[in-house]
Amino acid sequence: MAAVTETIETVQAATEGTYKWGFSTDIEMDYAPKGLNEDIVRFISAKKQEPAWLLEWRLKAYAMWLKMEEPTWPSVHYPKIDYQDAFYYAAPKEGPKSLDEVDPELLKTYAKLGIPLKEQAFLAGVEGAGDSAADARMPIAVDAVFDSVSVATSYKERLAKDGIIFCSISEAVHEHPELVKQYLGSVVPQGDNFYAALNSAVFTDGSFVYIPKGVRCPMELSTYFRINAKSTGQFERTLIIADEGAVVSYLEGCTAPMRDENQLHAAVVELVALDDASIKYSTVQNWYPGDAQGKGGIYNFVTKRAQCRGKRSKVSWTQVETGSAITWKYPSCVLLGEDSVGEFYSVAITNNYQQADTGTKMIHVGARTKSTIVSKGISAGHGQNTYRGLVRVAPTATNARNFTQCDSLLIGDLCGAHTVPYIENRCLTAKLEHEATTSRIAEDQLFYCRQRGLTQEDAVGLIVNGFCREVLKELPMEFAVEAQKLLQISLEGSVG
Amino acid sequence: MSQVVHTGAEGFLHRYEGLKDRLPGARLPWLAALRARAAESFRAQGFPTRRVEAWHYTDLRPVTQASFDEALTAVEDDLVLPAAHTANRVVFVDGRLRSDLSSWPTMATVASQIGRIEGRVALPDEPMAALNTMLFEDGMLLNIPAGTDAGVLEILSIASESVRPTAFHLRHIVRLHEGARLTVLEVNQGPDGTRYLHNPVWQVEVGEGATFTHARLQQEGALAFQLGSIYATVAAGGTYDNFTLNAGGRLVRNEIHATLTGTGAACHMNGAQLLGGGQHADTTTFLDHAAPGCASRQTYKTVLTGKSRGVFQGKILVRQAAQQTDGYQMNQALLLSPDAEMDSKPQLEIYADDVKCSHGATVGELDADQLFYLRARGIDEATARSMLVRAFLQEAVEGIADEALRGALEAAVEGWWERQA
Repeated sequence: MAAVTETIETVQAATEGTYKWGFSTDIEMDYAPKGLNEDIVRFISAKKQEPAWLLEWRLKAYAMWLKMEEPTWPSVHYPKIDYQDAFYYAAPKEGPKSLDEVDPELLKTYAKLGIPLKEQAFLAGVEGAGDSAADARMPIAVDAVFDSVSVATSYKERLAKDGIIFCSISEAVHEHPELVKQYLGSVVPQGDNFYAALNSAVFTDGSFVYIPKGVRCPMELSTYFRINAKSTGQFERTLIIADEGAVVSYLEGCTAPMRDENQLHAAVVELVALDDASIKYSTVQNWYPGDAQGKGGIYNFVTKRAQCRGKRSKVSWTQVETGSAITWKYPSCVLLGEDSVGEFYSVAITNNYQQADTGTKMIHVGARTKSTIVSKGISAGHGQNTYRGLVRVAPTATNARNFTQCDSLLIGDLCGAHTVPYIENRCLTAKLEHEATTSRIAEDQLFYCRQRGLTQEDAVGLIVNGFCREVLKELPMEFAVEAQKLLQISLEGSVG
Repeated sequence: MSQVVHTGAEGFLHRYEGLKDRLPGARLPWLAALRARAAESFRAQGFPTRRVEAWHYTDLRPVTQASFDEALTAVEDDLVLPAAHTANRVVFVDGRLRSDLSSWPTMATVASQIGRIEGRVALPDEPMAALNTMLFEDGMLLNIPAGTDAGVLEILSIASESVRPTAFHLRHIVRLHEGARLTVLEVNQGPDGTRYLHNPVWQVEVGEGATFTHARLQQEGALAFQLGSIYATVAAGGTYDNFTLNAGGRLVRNEIHATLTGTGAACHMNGAQLLGGGQHADTTTFLDHAAPGCASRQTYKTVLTGKSRGVFQGKILVRQAAQQTDGYQMNQALLLSPDAEMDSKPQLEIYADDVKCSHGATVGELDADQLFYLRARGIDEATARSMLVRAFLQEAVEGIADEALRGALEAAVEGWWERQA
């Protein structure tokens, strides 16, 4: 492949200069050795043929990361991570050869979600499945609405017609360096936190979206639309910019459980909304949560933040978090522009030994800024679910308004539900309201459903969906239906 | 005498080293050992900084940068005491009992405690409690026998005028046996011109079916630091009822830890913070539901004027055993000045499923509609605002059953509001 040859040449050119790689890897190898040091950062940057400024940017992040400490304040517990015992640049690992080799539990779940076989193979990472059916990369939710083949070939043309840029971030670095340079790290700086610094140093891919002035994106954008999105990557970096008056809805993740070999995920998502722009960012996260005994599972340490820079701009985060062994995630909005609006709608489920510490930050700076937070936490089994959120109102945010509602549902007496809101108000005219409740599924509700012939599990599913309705209705329609099924499946075995 | 000025934790440890052979009970081996352990704990922790999560909103640097002397025990004859609210009053001046100014209740065993408290002094982990254990000189021991109603007792702590900043650490130990009842009105006052640190610790043990009503009126001097903490346990069917009115002081922290240990125990924590000028007041509560079928209620109101800063942190922990818990917490703040700041952190940590727990928090200014309603009926703006502020505070005060107590607290609220106008 030409591109590979090119890469090798570039890397070799760099090698023959003054700098010597600190390890004796054959340059033709497509992975870096285990561990993390400055050489690995340089290697990644060279592999991706990045301009010098980006390498400098990564190195600065790495230097910051070295001085930082892993946060210990979240209510999550896990064995200490050895950051030197991981690969930071590796070719996709070899997957199973056919569906027969795939974990039958996973296949059962696919069947319940009603996923066609071809797509099951792709999702499970069966070798060759993706090559033979490019259309299989279509998200399941969207598949029901669009003809996948035609979309896969035509969406790029359609988007280009409106001047929308939607590509991988690596591609954007080459094609639109001025945009990347202007916005990368402008919302989440390299030294923002431990995981963001790590991500800034070693991120390998992610999405880049730019919606020009006054353009309403004609379709929901999803990671899966991206031609070269073979694997989501361990350190994903997403940057979305909505210019003045632009409107975009972005979907991340998938209702179907993804096979993934990387245990540690540290993604960074940055959103920028200029005057009158609106970004809706929806996530369904269903990575491997570990088995019923709490072994294995993904550590999901994500930094997501939006800046509403423009007047009357709006950012809305919606998330359904059912997967991962550990979730550490606080999608936030910095409301700088006057009359800007931030929203956060979240459902987080922890079953078995899953732990989630998630919530949001709403930072009100501009006058008349508004924020709404609706968080629904569901704990079952030995799950621990924490809502942690911050609402901060600066003295400049006159007449700012916040409403926060956090509800927790407990299923079984071995799980935990926690609420930790921080409310900081320095503005006389601001109005802030917070309420939180914790309860369990009422016996009479269950009885009512059971009496009408519903099984115990269906009854729980119905009640849980009702509990989460305010959040689920925020999801794009195609996603919402899947998400409801997903909630029920995630809670299987937790009742009775 | 050394001229070296010792500040912060080092200052207090230095003073402990110098005083330890003269502190009350110094010859009691158990007490000396306990103080030594407290000193170790305080040395290891120091004064908490804002990096400590529990102290995120309260900066103790004004305290740690100052240097304090041990309070003088000399008797001041020109001391003017505020009027007593109840028939029985025990008076402490600069952390030492003044029996000549006190009248003792007859129904209960009351004594200045040293020597009688063996086995009763706990050593909580918190650094401020360790500081208290290390240096306390005096306090009340209230031991109410089973089935006894000990009535109402006022405990007045007053700081005297002093040129040098002083520090004192009262330690009160209260134990109510089965079915006993006691009401305490704790009044803390001091002169406005003196910088002093008052760091009282209450240990409260409420027995089965007993009821302890504890109202606190904090009116320390304008430069004072008040860092009080309460550690309470409530047995089955018992009730601990706490009301705290924070109106004085420069930097105040009111920390309450209550553990409900027996079935059907109840705890009520209510309070109001009335803040102006450059005051900083922090109410931090920790309610530990450790037994099934317990109920807790918390209502805190804060009114902020000037450049004041209010903090509320309230945590409700429901342990796995504590099924059928009913927990409720509400904290509301009213901002009356553009320079004031309110920080709230209500917290729920729940490990039992059959529970009903909720918390709410609001921050805002006076409701424009309500103001309009009153103005439209011919009430002038100042009166209308005053009515709304008093109505806002009323909810916290109205839960106090004892009329004399409620009267005292309402009068304090009125007095504060009049001074603001």
